[in-house]
Parts: sequence; C-alpha cells; structure tokens
Amino acid sequence: MAKRTPLYEAHRQMGARMVDFGGWDMPIHYGSQMEEHHRVRRACGMFDVSHMTVVDVEGSGARDYLGYLLANNVAKLDTVGKALYTTMLNERGGVIDDLIVYWLGDNRYRLVVNCATRDKDLAWLERHSEDFQVAIAERPDLAIIAVQGPEAIGTAKSVVCEEAASAIDTLTAFRAAVVGQWLIARTGYSGEDGLEIILPGEKATELWQRLHDAGVAPAGLGARDTLRLEAGLNLYGNDMDEDVSPLEANLGWTVAWEPEDRQFIGRAALEKQRAGGIRDKLVGLVMTRRGVLRAHQVVRVPESGRAGEVTSGTFSPTLGCAIALARVPVETGDQCEVEVRGKWLPVTVVRPGFVRHGQPVGPVSALDL
Amino acid sequence: MSELPEELRYMESHEWVRDDGDGTVTVGITDHAQDSLGDVVFVELPEVGAEINAGDEAGVVESVKAASDIYSPVSGEVLAINEELEEAPENINNSPYGDGWFFRVRMAEPGELDKLLDAREYGALIEDE
Repeated sequence: MAKRTPLYEAHRQMGARMVDFGGWDMPIHYGSQMEEHHRVRRACGMFDVSHMTVVDVEGSGARDYLGYLLANNVAKLDTVGKALYTTMLNERGGVIDDLIVYWLGDNRYRLVVNCATRDKDLAWLERHSEDFQVAIAERPDLAIIAVQGPEAIGTAKSVVCEEAASAIDTLTAFRAAVVGQWLIARTGYSGEDGLEIILPGEKATELWQRLHDAGVAPAGLGARDTLRLEAGLNLYGNDMDEDVSPLEANLGWTVAWEPEDRQFIGRAALEKQRAGGIRDKLVGLVMTRRGVLRAHQVVRVPESGRAGEVTSGTFSPTLGCAIALARVPVETGDQCEVEVRGKWLPVTVVRPGFVRHGQPVGPVSALDL
Repeated sequence: MSELPEELRYMESHEWVRDDGDGTVTVGITDHAQDSLGDVVFVELPEVGAEINAGDEAGVVESVKAASDIYSPVSGEVLAINEELEEAPENINNSPYGDGWFFRVRMAEPGELDKLLDAREYGALIEDE
C-alpha cells in the first residue's frame, strides 16, 4: 500500500485528488491546479511535502563528511540556521540527488532529499560515512508544510506561537530558525517568498488546519510543478540524473570550486569537464504558438547536427503559453524548434527562470505573449 | 461521481453526442473526461465545412497534464465549432455538457447514433477504469 503523510485525512477532507507519487499517496490538486497556481502567485498556498526525506547528520566529523559528500561547500554555513542548496554527485560527476542542507548548530546538520531517491541516497550516505565520526538518522517522524506566496509569511506568522512568529521575523532568504521541535526555513520551490516548516508529524494537521482557517488554500503537486518550472527550478529525475553533471543542468553556481584542496566526490570528473567544455546545457524554452511543451519532445537546433530534448514542459498559467526546460547542444542560439504532436514549432531559447515574484522575468517579459 | 445525462450518447473515447432532432448533433467531452484531464488550456477543433467520418480524429484537447485526441462519433459535415473555447477553454471543465461543447455535425448516416453507448453503458465503462 502507498505510504501516507500525517496530512492524508486532511487532504481527503479538503477534496484532494490523490495520486501515487514515488510510492506515496499525495494530493495532485484539490479541484483546479490552475487556481492553486494563481493563488500562490497572487496570495499564498500551502503544500504538504512530508513525502520528502529528512536526514539528520550529527557528530564531530559531520562538517568534513558533508564537505566530502556534497558539491557545494557546507563550510559556507557560518551562521546557525543557514541553508545551502547543493547536489550530491557520483564519481563521474553525475547528480545522485539535489538537496538542501541546514546547519542546526554545533555538529548537527539536517538534509532534505527527494522521496524518489530516498533508498539510494541513504545507502550512499551510509556507504561513505565509514571514515567519519558521524551518525546518520532518517526522520520519518517529521512532516513538512510549505507555505508559499507574497502573503505566506504574514499569514503563517498569524497562526503560530509567539516565539515562532518572532523567529520568522528574523529570517532572511535561505535562513532557518529552530523553535522547539520545529525548523522554520525561508525557503521554497515556487519562485515566491515563503516558508518551509519542518515539524513533528503529530502537529502537522493542527498547523494545516490553522493555516486553512486563516485563508490559505491547499495546493497540490500539480501546482508545485508548474510553479517550480516557471521559476526555472530543476526537478530531479526530469532535468538531471546520474548521467548529467551540474554543469550540464544549469547548476554550475552550486559547485564550490574553492578551496581548491577540498576533495569532494565527483570533483575530478567535474574539473575535467570544465576544462574540456560541456557538450550540452540546460536552457529555458518559451513557445508563443498554441500547444504545450512536454518532457521528452525532441528539440531541433539550427546551429548543431545533434538534437536536444525537453526535460520538463508545461503550460505556464502565469504567462499563458507553454514553457520548458530542455537539454540542448551547447552551441544552441536563441531560436530552435520542438516537435509537438508531429509538427515542428518555433520556440525562443531563454535562460531558465520565467517568472519571479509574480512577474515575467528577463527576455520573457519582452515577448509578445 | 461524474454527471451523465440520460439523453446523450457516448463513445468509449469519452466524447458525448446530443441529437438536436433536426438531423444535426452536438459533440463534446464528458464530465469524466474533463475531470481526468484537469485544467484544459487549449483545444483544436475541426474546420467548419469539413467532411468527417465516424471515428476520425476531429480535434485535440490539451490540459496542463496531457494532450488527448477528440474523435467524431458520427459522419457528416461540420456545421459549427465552439469558437468561445479559444478564449475560454475552462468552459470545458466548468460546463462539459453546456458551454464546453466542441462542434456540431449534420449527420450523413443517422443510424450511426444507435451504435454509440447509452448513459448506462458508458457509466459501466468508466466505473471499470
């Protein structure tokens, strides 16, 4: 039977359409994915992301261990509560997973990894822990509620205890605060301001209900996907996997090359790739023609004899047209074609990232949509 | 439970047909179909005046989630298409049997209607899905 989060009953009561997602019974929408998407862009929405795997890493060797395991450098976490987005690579420089790591203080770190990669991630974490003084503990007892949107922080503050509300006031982007058993982080996956609250599973329904009573609409994984794609954020398994390096996934900025003597898994392969140049890059596509870009459609590039591929595609509710992420030959210019249901349709190539804080960004805002 | 008007005929591919009583029919997709597709964002409809055969591809409906072909339940000439759907594709979700209609056909072979499923048969079909 599919696994259920502590909010399963709440989802059913709020009219969720449930689907199987990586072995979990999760809400895809509560009536209309589009309305949920717009609510997050214009006001706020809440997501149950308790299916994601929380792993605590603790011990005197924790910093060195994570420094060896992750392509971004945990040494950047110089303040308690700071968060870091990073990839975890194999020896070939391919992405095993992308994750957020929080410094909880002293020798304690918290990782939030993807649910579909849970088993291999935990095996990898265990396998490489032998030479370090660390204890690795999965935290299935915790739930995660993401509250996202321009009104998210104000509304969340109004329903939590005074101590938590004061803590939220201190948070800047990518900072988290520990309040009792809760970790409240100013992070998200929507391109909007907001919080991700990690809390004991038995408290999740109460917070969910309080947020709902305060006017926050529940939003499903469908809206989560269209929001993250508009924001140009990668989805593991679609836009990157173990055969793709962060340099080919628009994640070069997450690789900490300095200090040069920090050895991390995949470093040698990445350096070789950086020196030799990458063959493929991840770009954004915008299509003003009618139709929807979808994963695995073929991309034809005039500058190259090689084809590219759409890795994630959707209809953008904010822009009212199709957008996508695609892996294309590095020589690709600003125009190409995608095969959509048997027809080659022209698309504009842009940097990934189509919408931020409710507004079209970069070249997208200049297009006649 | 999705809505299934008794007076309509249905296809296994989830189109409905209304006999307009004057040799013409109106075609759309069922409540069950719109519910499975989720938010509809585009439709492609046949051209007015086109001759189509029963079972022919007559259009496409695209939702945020998926694209789905639309088949004509009957043979004949396309008399009209629902042009409002271009601006308001959400009508298909909000009113699948009303404002969300797709096109009208003047039937060449009225007998074809009898080959289609009735509400009870279609209801049994979607219950098995």
